[in-house]
Amino acid sequence: MNNLIFRFLSVVFACLFASAVHGAGELHIFNWGDYTSPELVEKFENEHDVKVTITDYDSNETALAKVRPGGHGFDVVVPTSTHLPIWIEEGLLLETRPDQMENFQHVSEQWRNPDWEPGRRYSVPWVWGSSGISVNTSMYDGDINTSKLFFDPPQELAGKINIVPEMGDVIHMAIFYEGGDSCTSDKEVLKRVRDLLVNAKANWKSIDYGTKEKLVSGDVAVSMNWNGYSMRARTENPDIRYGYAVEGYPLWMDNVVVLKDAQNVENAKMFQNFLMAPENAALISNFANYANAIDGSEAYMLEELRTATEVMIPAEFQGSGQFIPPCPPDVQQMYTAIWTELQK
Amino acid sequence: MSPDHKDTLVKSSTRHTRAFKASRKRQLQNNLLLCVPALLVLALAAVGPLLIVLVYTFLEAGPYGGVVWQWSFEGWFEVFLKRDIFDGTVSIADAHLSIFWRSFKLSIQSTLLALVLGFPTAYFIATRPAATRNLWLFLITIPFWTNLLIRTFAIMQLIRDQGILNTLLIGFGVIDTPIEMLYTEFSIMLGMTYVYLPLMVLPLYASIEKLDFRLVEAAYDLYAGRLKVLFRIIVPLVKPGIVAGCILVFIPSLGAYVTPRVLGGGKNLMLGNLIELQFGQGRNWPLGAALSITLLCVVMISLLFYVRSTQRKEADRG
Repeated sequence: MNNLIFRFLSVVFACLFASAVHGAGELHIFNWGDYTSPELVEKFENEHDVKVTITDYDSNETALAKVRPGGHGFDVVVPTSTHLPIWIEEGLLLETRPDQMENFQHVSEQWRNPDWEPGRRYSVPWVWGSSGISVNTSMYDGDINTSKLFFDPPQELAGKINIVPEMGDVIHMAIFYEGGDSCTSDKEVLKRVRDLLVNAKANWKSIDYGTKEKLVSGDVAVSMNWNGYSMRARTENPDIRYGYAVEGYPLWMDNVVVLKDAQNVENAKMFQNFLMAPENAALISNFANYANAIDGSEAYMLEELRTATEVMIPAEFQGSGQFIPPCPPDVQQMYTAIWTELQK
Repeated sequence: MSPDHKDTLVKSSTRHTRAFKASRKRQLQNNLLLCVPALLVLALAAVGPLLIVLVYTFLEAGPYGGVVWQWSFEGWFEVFLKRDIFDGTVSIADAHLSIFWRSFKLSIQSTLLALVLGFPTAYFIATRPAATRNLWLFLITIPFWTNLLIRTFAIMQLIRDQGILNTLLIGFGVIDTPIEMLYTEFSIMLGMTYVYLPLMVLPLYASIEKLDFRLVEAAYDLYAGRLKVLFRIIVPLVKPGIVAGCILVFIPSLGAYVTPRVLGGGKNLMLGNLIELQFGQGRNWPLGAALSITLLCVVMISLLFYVRSTQRKEADRG
């Protein structure tokens, strides 16, 4: 009897510990939620005989906090342009030299040498997009291309606004609204920004993610949102439109990098190269509804994506968007103080 | 065990006493040795991390999160005071204080509501025939079978503007426009009461079940009204249960994270969320650590209050 129990237990233990060992032919991706095309993953798994797992995060800070202590088991992460320099500076990344990879030739000229990572020695473009304004036009029929809808909304929108809890995006939209520059430390501007935000908060219903659900269900009429996610909301509720703030709005790009303590380095490099092939980049775009940075991918992209105003920024709004660098720590501290003040 | 041993000691002869003392000493040593693994686990898993948190409160914040090994009191300074970012003047950190106050207020409200709902429930269960009590208790524990997050999202579906409750009320013509419940302090309070209600019912049940109902009968015989019986007989006798239930609801409410995060809509921060903010987007780990220790102290004070109130109870009886 005892012997039987002992044997049973040893089998259980063997199973428990066997699953903890990383075998060959695996790739562990740590990416934003609802962002990785299942079709893309399947294609990579079949072509390279690799088992892919995906884990979600909801903010750059979460990703950074989870990876920094080590022992996370991830190989690939997808930080935003605003945070990528921090990852490099902290020594968390492996220099995989995507610029020397076979498919790098497909990367569009304008994305080969971005300000946030000159030379692309670590990162491969995932997709890029903007932070703007999603409006349910059945609930509001005014001009949607202004951040006034967040900061000084008409009476009819009061209590029907959601703001995404992305400190950098929110503060920068407010800074642009007040005529300041990105990462400004101008106290006059920041004082106006703080007053603007604190006064506007009375009109906000929530400061939360889950923008698609809130807009589609009609819980809010207006939400700060990302362009591709807004388009996905539109496929569920045709009244939802995406506006670009003429006062200025943030642009961003997410970038695929390999971690220094990755277990499956070769597979991760293979994945980086794989993503720069036009037909694969198109799969990402088709799923997430964001523009990619690969020349020739248009041919593989869905028709509705090539004509969507969410993806192709209309000419009159192109000048108002700008990429935001990581702000210096002392500036960041001021922004955090404003942010805490806003959330109290 | 000690009274038995005392008896034995008194009865036994001196010869026996010596042998007994030796065996007792050995037993103590064995007990101590047997405790070592548990003590080690406690030291490593409870005291160790706590010490790290404490040390972090006295370090300088790293530029992109984390800490720099440089002593600093900035973390503790910022818990209570703030330097104005515009003119550098130091004033009381009203943002933190109002979040503290909200946590405290909502926890007290949830505790009271859970008590008001939980007491009749526990009383009902305790007065059922012994055979059916277990069934009722079993029903109380059923919500624990479902993940907390899922239950919280379910509440969200109930009370949202286009949710079940508002749709029903509008359908029956009770109201014209939806009552705004989600993303308010009310929804946080409701959520916490729901989540922690079983923690109130169970200790209350345990003490009501032990209540000697002959005392209640005696009170009625002596012409006490129903209210008088409740407040003069029942409540004093089940007070330990009430206090235990209140503590069990109040403490987790104070540090609640998921409920305010989901039902508060990010507009109504509680302490748990403020702490998370410092470790995430705020990039101020020492402040986050100092806030955690402050929360710990508040909880400890609540517990001390509990211990003292029960000790007084014992003393009264003695």
